[in-house]
Amino acid sequence: MIVFIARRLVISFFVLLAATVIMFVLTALSGDPLEDLRQDASPNKAAKIADRTERMQLDEPIPVRYLSWLGNIVRGDLGVNRDGHDVATMLGEALSATLQLVIAATVMAIIIGVIIGIISALRQYSGFDYTVTFAAFVCFSLPIFWIAVMLKQYMAIEFNNWLKDPAIPPTVIGALALLSGLVFGALTVGDRRRRLISFAVGLAVGGALFAFLSATRWFADPGFGLPLTLAIALAGAVGLTVLSAGLRQRGPLYAALAAAVIGAASSEVLGPLLADPSWLEIAGLALLTVAVCAGLGYGIGGLQRRQAITAAVLTGLFTGGVVFVDRMLQAFNGYSAAVRGRPISTIGARTPNFEGDFWQMNLDTAGHLLLPTMALILISLATYTRYSRASMLEVMNQDYVRTARAKGLPERTVVVKHAFRNGLIPITTLMAVDFAGVIGGAVVTENVFGWQGMGNLFIDGLREVDPAPVMAFFIVTGTAIVVFNMIADILYAYLDPRIRLS
Amino acid sequence: MTLNAQAPGPDTAPDAQGLTITARTQGQMVRRRFFRHRAALAGMIILGFVVVLAFSSIGFAGIPGWWDKSYLDTGALVNQGKPTLSLVPEFLGGDGFRIGEHPFGQDDIGIDYFALTMRGAQQSLIIAFLVGIVATAVGTVVGAAAGYFRGAAEATLMRLTDVMITIPVLIIAAVIGRMMGDSGAVVLGLFLGLVLWPTLGRLVRGEFLSLREKEFVEAARAVGTSAKRIIFRHILPNTVGVIIVAATLSVANAVLLESALSFLGLGVQAPDTSLGQLISRYRSAMVTRPWLFWWPGLFIILIALSINFIGDGLRDAFDPRQTRVRA
Repeated sequence: MIVFIARRLVISFFVLLAATVIMFVLTALSGDPLEDLRQDASPNKAAKIADRTERMQLDEPIPVRYLSWLGNIVRGDLGVNRDGHDVATMLGEALSATLQLVIAATVMAIIIGVIIGIISALRQYSGFDYTVTFAAFVCFSLPIFWIAVMLKQYMAIEFNNWLKDPAIPPTVIGALALLSGLVFGALTVGDRRRRLISFAVGLAVGGALFAFLSATRWFADPGFGLPLTLAIALAGAVGLTVLSAGLRQRGPLYAALAAAVIGAASSEVLGPLLADPSWLEIAGLALLTVAVCAGLGYGIGGLQRRQAITAAVLTGLFTGGVVFVDRMLQAFNGYSAAVRGRPISTIGARTPNFEGDFWQMNLDTAGHLLLPTMALILISLATYTRYSRASMLEVMNQDYVRTARAKGLPERTVVVKHAFRNGLIPITTLMAVDFAGVIGGAVVTENVFGWQGMGNLFIDGLREVDPAPVMAFFIVTGTAIVVFNMIADILYAYLDPRIRLS
Repeated sequence: MTLNAQAPGPDTAPDAQGLTITARTQGQMVRRRFFRHRAALAGMIILGFVVVLAFSSIGFAGIPGWWDKSYLDTGALVNQGKPTLSLVPEFLGGDGFRIGEHPFGQDDIGIDYFALTMRGAQQSLIIAFLVGIVATAVGTVVGAAAGYFRGAAEATLMRLTDVMITIPVLIIAAVIGRMMGDSGAVVLGLFLGLVLWPTLGRLVRGEFLSLREKEFVEAARAVGTSAKRIIFRHILPNTVGVIIVAATLSVANAVLLESALSFLGLGVQAPDTSLGQLISRYRSAMVTRPWLFWWPGLFIILIALSINFIGDGLRDAFDPRQTRVRA
């Protein structure tokens, strides 16, 4: 293994080195770095040109410039851009902005995409499956900038306008109810009668929910309140227990339900602490939740102690998440007023000069992240859905899955323990490679949403025919691609013993 | 071949019992499976329609088309440039079917937007297909050589592929676009193709690596067939399915790539136009003149979606494991 990694690192180093030559030469040749100064009308034009020529070594041939750049890199110096700004500082700011943007988007795309993909594999050839497949194809064919501009128009500008009086028009309620009915119906297996019943249930639940939200103007001052928090937590407890332990033994279920009740109740007890916490306190609370819930599972779990601990801990964290969202929603009204009723922002990473408590600052970040994240998710969601569907279908047809069914294991165990784990192996590879690609791949999204990230560093550098920022960008993205590809290979070999690294 | 062992009488011919299985060549099977794939067929029709519409309406390479307005001429704004196209029949409360003077509307200086969109679609299609053809040709040759010859040739070619893959597609394409954007769609397409071949090269190499160990290749080598002949006559026809599918999907990706480049201002340069450039130019007009934004986007999606569906249909059609004929 160590030999493999060492060999890969050496080869990767030379590959990356060769790629920097290509990038440097192409960038330097891509235009005239003095173009803007040649049209300059100011009297010190000649001095400016001489200045820039000296700073960018334009009087030297390109290979010499490359070698001097390489020499600086070896000493850890990324150089200055054509206006004399330090590239390392620019890179640091750009990288942190981009990571903030892509981490949330990638994680959410993975979770949602894998879930949709697996459901659509388990319900192969159902209405849901066909819809997901078609939607994935549409997502593959969407130009991201087009979607981004649309999101700006409809999810930000018009949504903010609508928030002034958040009544949902009856036709929209009808459409949403119909949609929820269709989702319910498409997810049900069975004959036409059962599907029709699910459709009707979905229609009624959706219609009632949105009519209620509209009538109470929920969106003007959102929040769950204790009863709803408790209800969501209990529903989550049942769902997570079904997934992680099954309902045959009562122990895990009781542990999870207890975790949900304690979690919801403690949100009231911890009121003063949660009024304006710090991230450190939130992390501490999460650790406390894990400890308490593990204890609960150990005490109540009975025969299925291990599964009970899993179910209780998952439920505890889920409840914590619900409480967190609830607090954010409660802060929404104040935040919305503070930004003059435009909570969803279209430009930049934060509201300039905005100061608020912990929840309002989070809302500010979330309001700015929402649109670019949605645009990024839409594109990678399709990939994850297709891959996890294909991988899950392949696994479900394997002999060992048939064996598991034949020896009488419940379908939950077959799907979650035998199929799901192995179906995830190809996805891990995809995740690693995708994450590396997305650092440099958010160029268009950043451009549309005015995000001062890696993409802008690159595009501005390229427009100005300035190799220094372009190469700084490339060193980070290229290294990320090389390293994450290697991680993908190692992970793959670790997870799938049939693969041998050589 | 007939499965019926009994000597059939004239009335109980195997055909009448539905027991005859006609022998089909590989090509027939592929065509049959493809044409049963409804989405792929629909994609084929839509793509054909878009191509014919784009090239016949405003003409191409000096040949005049049937549309009487040019994408370069400005004119007087009619009704603030609103589209005159109407597809809603009168009994549904619409204006009835009519094309009108400016079916897609006009832009702010009165250029007919239908002509402009068609010109953009032409440019985008030319670039996408050139990228597909060039990338497929280079990728196939590199992959075939690397996969068949192994040894030093493979090592060199694959390291070259590694180097190219290290550079993100959009990044190298942006640099190429910055260099070649002024030289027109054809040059841009050719050069983009020259940097976008690595994925296909890897794919072809993988196929060659497994096929070169097969018995029929060994047999060909044993009778002294030349390497060139083995590659092009024996192995390549067996990889044609993989190559065609990958080539189709690379065309779909190239459509999106070109539009993204033009959107960033690094693709086709004014006064010529492309679909991505149109969206970029009119993105601030989203509120006041939404049609300037909708039409080019719609055409990008139509082209990319139909090519993706064709690719999906081809993948199913070429898949030897595919036995189920799609409904």
